Amino acid sequence: MKEIVIISGKGGTGKTSLVASFAILAKNAILADCDVDAADLHLILTPTIKETHEFWSGYEAFIRQGICEGCGTCMDLCRFNAIKETKTPKGNYTYHVDPISCEGCGVCVRFCPKSAIEFNEQLCGKWMISETRAGMMVHAKLGIAAENSGKLVATVRQEALRLAKETKCEMILIDGPPGIGCPVIAAVTGASEVVIITEPTLSGAHDLKRVLDLTKHFSIPAFVCVNKWDICPDMTEQIEKQATSSGATILGRICYDNTVTQAQKEVKAVVETNAPSANDIREIWNKLLHHHQIEKEKH
Amino acid sequence: MKIAVASGKGGTGKTTVAINLALSAQQPLQLLDCDVEEPNAHLFLKTTPIHQQIVTIPVPKIDETRCDGCGLCSQFCAFNALVSFGTTPVFEPEMCHGCGGCMRVCPKEAIREIEKRVGIIETSKSGNITLVQGRLDIGVALAPPLIHAVKKEARSDLIIMDAPPGTSCPVIATLREVDFVVLVTEPTPFSLNDLKLAIDVVREIGLSFGVVINRACENDNLVRPYCQTEKIQILAEIPDDRRIAESYAKGIPIIEALPEYKNLFVNLLHKISEAA
Ligand code: SF4
Ligand code: SF4
Repeated sequence: MKEIVIISGKGGTGKTSLVASFAILAKNAILADCDVDAADLHLILTPTIKETHEFWSGYEAFIRQGICEGCGTCMDLCRFNAIKETKTPKGNYTYHVDPISCEGCGVCVRFCPKSAIEFNEQLCGKWMISETRAGMMVHAKLGIAAENSGKLVATVRQEALRLAKETKCEMILIDGPPGIGCPVIAAVTGASEVVIITEPTLSGAHDLKRVLDLTKHFSIPAFVCVNKWDICPDMTEQIEKQATSSGATILGRICYDNTVTQAQKEVKAVVETNAPSANDIREIWNKLLHHHQIEKEKH
Repeated sequence: MKIAVASGKGGTGKTTVAINLALSAQQPLQLLDCDVEEPNAHLFLKTTPIHQQIVTIPVPKIDETRCDGCGLCSQFCAFNALVSFGTTPVFEPEMCHGCGGCMRVCPKEAIREIEKRVGIIETSKSGNITLVQGRLDIGVALAPPLIHAVKKEARSDLIIMDAPPGTSCPVIATLREVDFVVLVTEPTPFSLNDLKLAIDVVREIGLSFGVVINRACENDNLVRPYCQTEKIQILAEIPDDRRIAESYAKGIPIIEALPEYKNLFVNLLHKISEAA
């Protein structure tokens, strides 16, 4: 079983367009959209939702006003400045929890001398199993201003893995989140390989380096492709060199192609259109498969 | 005034807008790079370093000679950062939020706190702009403590913040208590979808905001109509100009490479001050 995560470090480099094309080319992979706080893959693959599940995760404190005597212990103990104090006209204080700042650690709940604080599990979003023209897909929607995106990513991955085992599917394609923090770590740890798509800009090069440091840190094999390479061929070369020397394998280059937005508007993956970049993407995909073949033969 | 520049989707030109806004201000200001996972603002400004500051969070350190393996700390930890099997718990630093609860519940006083490094804040200067940049260490999962530390450096009258992409904790940590949010988007289906998500968040927190359309085109039948029906102010449109993309690639701010755009950003800053 291959679990392939496509990430970009920096967003907006064509990650989701690449995943959609890979999904079409793979024909029968299980798809997982782990970019849970800004999911876009469904805009191309138009899933028909088969199952929806609530995502409960983490807790939030709530102070019951009738029981609270206003000692302020909670405010002293909370390390996240989530307890807010209001002075009443009588001159004493009332306390309440700011739900957006509360991280749900439970310290105030445990140490409130009046046991006035409730600790409620939070509904942080939902996840779905769907059918698409490219195969089964697990995707999610994080609640508005909700926490625990990392755990939602882990849930989506877990479900994709379960589906793959049940259907004896050999490949999972994961659309990963941007950055290098908790959602990305949740998306890449333990995966078979990471495909990074970047672009030949100073920011692209800088962000790629950070992502490669991350994949190295977690010892995950990394592949790199450069999108819009022809905007700056020199920078492309430089990026490829840098990536190779940090141990990544170069998969190829995708040309600058302003018809990609048109494909998005037509609800098509790039490889389902005649876009000039479609061939580049096919070549990259074949190269990745070729790699899998070589690896298999080695074993 | 605190202005945050954000966007649901990455790569829409958030950093570009933040930098060029900062460069078009007539007064000293601080530019806070809160995109601590991938800080990019420094690539566009030739700044002189002033100082560096390591940011840490308190995490537990268990004294094995005192711990009798009761497991109360691990039962307490809401983030599963302490795993105990009737033994001294194993500590998973990536999971720890540094709440201090385990130390307080330990009946044997076996837990004390030590500082764990999560990243670094680098302060540097270029002309009117003081750049305060957070850089998360590789392998550290939680960005919010570092973002809070960056925001604590805010001192000047005018603050411009480059927010992280997305809509989850790091974005919320950045946006809390700002006066105005500029949401940067592009006329593509993906960007519009992510713009809507970002608007949900900004509304939930209760902040005033406006939209900047980057790579704007004449026949935009996505973002413009959406903003009109939703009665959202379009603050500026940056045209789809290949020269902008080229200067961005090399790390040159638009208004330095193409001075004809200076007015666009001066007006944008003006509009923001009026709207905020
Ligand atoms: S649960 Fe933790 S974060 Fe939330 S208010 Fe209580 S002490 Fe603060
Ligand atoms: S400090 Fe809080 S989050 Fe960290 S291990 Fe202790 S209880 Fe868990």
